[in-house]
Amino acid sequence: MSKEELEKKALVSLLNIASAWYDQMKSGEIPSISLPTRTKYNIEFDDASEVWKYGDKESMRTAASAKSATHLLKMAYVIAFIKQQLAENRSSTLREMYYISEGWKRAKFGAQDESNFLIEDLEILSEVPREGFHLHPEENGASIYGPMRIREETRRGMKTLHCQDDVGQAGYTIPNNVENIEFVDHDAKFVIAIETGGMYDRLIENGFDEEHNAILVHLKGQPARSTRRMLNRISTTWDLPILVFTDGDPWSYRIYGSVAYGAIKSAHMSEMLATPKAQFLGLQPSDIRDYNLPSDKLSDKDIEALRSELTDPRFATDYWKKEINLQIEMGLKSEQQAFAARGLDFVTKKYLPDRLSEMGII
Amino acid sequence: MVLADELAKQQRSISVAEFFEKNKHLLGFDSPTRGVITTIKEAVDNSLDACEEAQVLPDIFISIKKTGNDLFRIIVEDNGPGITPAQVPFVFGKLLYGSRFHQIRQTRGQQGIGISAAVLYAQLTSGLPTIVISRTGAKEPAHRFEIQIKIETNEPDIIAQEPFEWDRIHGTRVQIEFKSTMAAKKKLLEYLRYTSVVNPHARFRVELDDEAFTFERVSQEVIVCPVSIQPHPHGIELGQFKRMAAASDQNLIDFLVEGFSRVGKKIAQDMCDRAGLKSTLKAKGLSADQQKVLLAAMQEIAVPAPPISQCLSPIGEELIRRGLDKEFQMDFVAARTRATSVFSGHPFMVEAAIGYGGKLTSEGNAVILRFANRVPLMYQQGACAITECIMNVNWKAYNLSQQGLPMGPVLILVHVASTNVPFTSESKDAIASISEIEKEIVLALQDLGRELKNFVSRRDKNKLAEDRARAVCAIIPEIAEKVSEIVEKPLIDTTPIEGKLMKKLIAKKATRNGKVTLELANYSSYDGEITVYDISADDAADAVPKADFVSEMDGQFTKVWKMVIPPKTVWHAEYSGKGGGILDVRGIDDNKKMVVDLDV
Repeated sequence: MSKEELEKKALVSLLNIASAWYDQMKSGEIPSISLPTRTKYNIEFDDASEVWKYGDKESMRTAASAKSATHLLKMAYVIAFIKQQLAENRSSTLREMYYISEGWKRAKFGAQDESNFLIEDLEILSEVPREGFHLHPEENGASIYGPMRIREETRRGMKTLHCQDDVGQAGYTIPNNVENIEFVDHDAKFVIAIETGGMYDRLIENGFDEEHNAILVHLKGQPARSTRRMLNRISTTWDLPILVFTDGDPWSYRIYGSVAYGAIKSAHMSEMLATPKAQFLGLQPSDIRDYNLPSDKLSDKDIEALRSELTDPRFATDYWKKEINLQIEMGLKSEQQAFAARGLDFVTKKYLPDRLSEMGII
Repeated sequence: MVLADELAKQQRSISVAEFFEKNKHLLGFDSPTRGVITTIKEAVDNSLDACEEAQVLPDIFISIKKTGNDLFRIIVEDNGPGITPAQVPFVFGKLLYGSRFHQIRQTRGQQGIGISAAVLYAQLTSGLPTIVISRTGAKEPAHRFEIQIKIETNEPDIIAQEPFEWDRIHGTRVQIEFKSTMAAKKKLLEYLRYTSVVNPHARFRVELDDEAFTFERVSQEVIVCPVSIQPHPHGIELGQFKRMAAASDQNLIDFLVEGFSRVGKKIAQDMCDRAGLKSTLKAKGLSADQQKVLLAAMQEIAVPAPPISQCLSPIGEELIRRGLDKEFQMDFVAARTRATSVFSGHPFMVEAAIGYGGKLTSEGNAVILRFANRVPLMYQQGACAITECIMNVNWKAYNLSQQGLPMGPVLILVHVASTNVPFTSESKDAIASISEIEKEIVLALQDLGRELKNFVSRRDKNKLAEDRARAVCAIIPEIAEKVSEIVEKPLIDTTPIEGKLMKKLIAKKATRNGKVTLELANYSSYDGEITVYDISADDAADAVPKADFVSEMDGQFTKVWKMVIPPKTVWHAEYSGKGGGILDVRGIDDNKKMVVDLDV
């Protein structure tokens, strides 16, 4: 969907919400709205698209109590605010909107969480991501480095950038709104999404991207929406294999899970944000054993997390069962950078080439 | 032998007065600050008891004045029956002298120690005698005494005695002067306030240096004075039994029947049989061993519980409520008077009350009011069985938070009335733990807890309705305004929504662009006259329609409109101004109206 189409859709759906309330009140009814229940009890795995989505449970908010009425009032204020923002072609961060609400008297937000949550509600109702409302988060997007060319619409006009030749050592910074990016061409065989900055820098320094025609993406821990959307778009546009390279502990497997299948908070956008084709590269529990990596003992919480992953449908494959059980058995976890124990070149000369050829990528 | 002789020289009897001089804490005179409260407490107790006996409504005057360095003069004056001149020296000048010690009924004072201990304390700290004025009736002259206690012999020492011109027809006035401080002023007022709660028939006037307080009576009924009863066989100890036997010239069976309550001929005969004594023996002639055997036999024979109706004087649920209402403005008060029961042969009765909300502070622990025979217990809260019982109730079950004591805007009153209140010590600060009494207290509190819970949940329900009303009346119009702006259509009138949800008269005040609008929409069926009071800084000179009446005070204008708003119609008024202030509607039931300030 183009930027203009997205904005149009946003405006139409938001106006529809307001019109529905208008009609309700016009006919003497108390305004109300129904929303999917946004708890983990209402998250379902959609087999067709292989991502997590909200289920059928809905809750109705009717302006018959002060609390619900205030919620609706806040929503009305936000809709009016977005309408104005779209009309004037301006944008603001979620935090800015929270501060702007200071002037909304009774409709002012008590905390930023509240306004973020309301925006997510509007995304669900309108089926438009918040970028379509000209709202974006304040945190920076992560970086990307590799043989690909993109075209981005900036305040200073259209810019075409090659993500190795035209960017600095740290790579190209993924903007908040990935929808504005046009994917021009590439010379890559695959994409590696890396959890830690240390490993991302190691691969760039060792020239791994050039040697193997790889696009490197820094996830910065649990990846932001824009990073996940970027991976999703690379995957769908160019059909490149996406490989996720994280630490070897249960929490990092969940990073892979959210890249591949989506997260609870953004389950309404899973189809745009998740990349079901993404594969897990490592660090695998069997790597800790096979390469005899320096490791730490699993804590009780780690073990608990591993056990709950065993019952998680996202990890319900023979591969994951084998690896997770192995890890519980060993009682150990390792970080990506533990490979440095075998020399700084070990990861790029030995581990990754071996692992990638085992996966059939190179 | 030599040592024993030496010791014998030092061995001599100790007078009661001497004993108490050395053990002031036993009577509540352990510190100068406490001395004031104890003295006033003892004098007030005596006054209330005396008024009760004389069947008059107590009118008690209390004054505390600083007369010198650390010296305080305390005056307590009552309208009781007075004391005959012959008795005055003994009542005030001899410890352990009293009229109520040998009687079995509910009284405030018991041992006859309290007020004379204050006299002794004054004598020890200031060296000044206590001045007593008393008059027993219109025909008798008043007498003025200056009294001290002879410490070695515990006999009154009359320093001066003379007839006195007194404007009171009957009553007693005590003036005691001793070393003290007014550090406990707050506690003292608390004591008087609590006393006033459980003595709603009494009026207290207090002068504290230059400040004056009055605790007014809320009941005009004289308390029925409790009647003495005979001791119950299960509540008597050997010493008392010996005294009673020695004073008797009857044979055993008559001694038992007439000397004890609830003992009939058959029970008396059973007791004699069980003890193996002939019922015709003279009670006086029993040997010490026979007395012991008989007393033991008396405990073994089942005897009905002592008669209770006359010897105890409960305050009553209604009067507790009124007393609490008067002193603590609360949203909710409930009281319970439990049926009388018995511990070790002593009748007792528990009364309790719970108050909630209103002016009580919502921070910290509940306010605890403990009473024994209508006397507030001011000290040693932690050592008292009442406190223990309050902590043992699971208040969380009644939706109160609890950390040991319940917390929040709660007041708990417990009154234990008995012919023999079991105190932990002679200073009468705390009730000892007696399982029969504790059980009654807990039952009363649980009962009240349930009532409180009902009240709170009912109130929450009303609050919910209120909340809904606010939403409908204040927020929905705002939603309507914003939504109309978004869809760029004419502003929706939300009054039909209000009418649908609420069968009330809704009064709204809104200020917009320098115009104040009053709107009264009648969704109720009320068809009578209504008066609207709009109080604010606006003079509303250009009001349409014009106010029926406008008055000004300190820059605040009260605008009054009178009108009839037939059901299903709406009345408007508009004027220039800044709004704010107060809007009130009169003439219609509170539950049929709702006032909303849209500017808040």
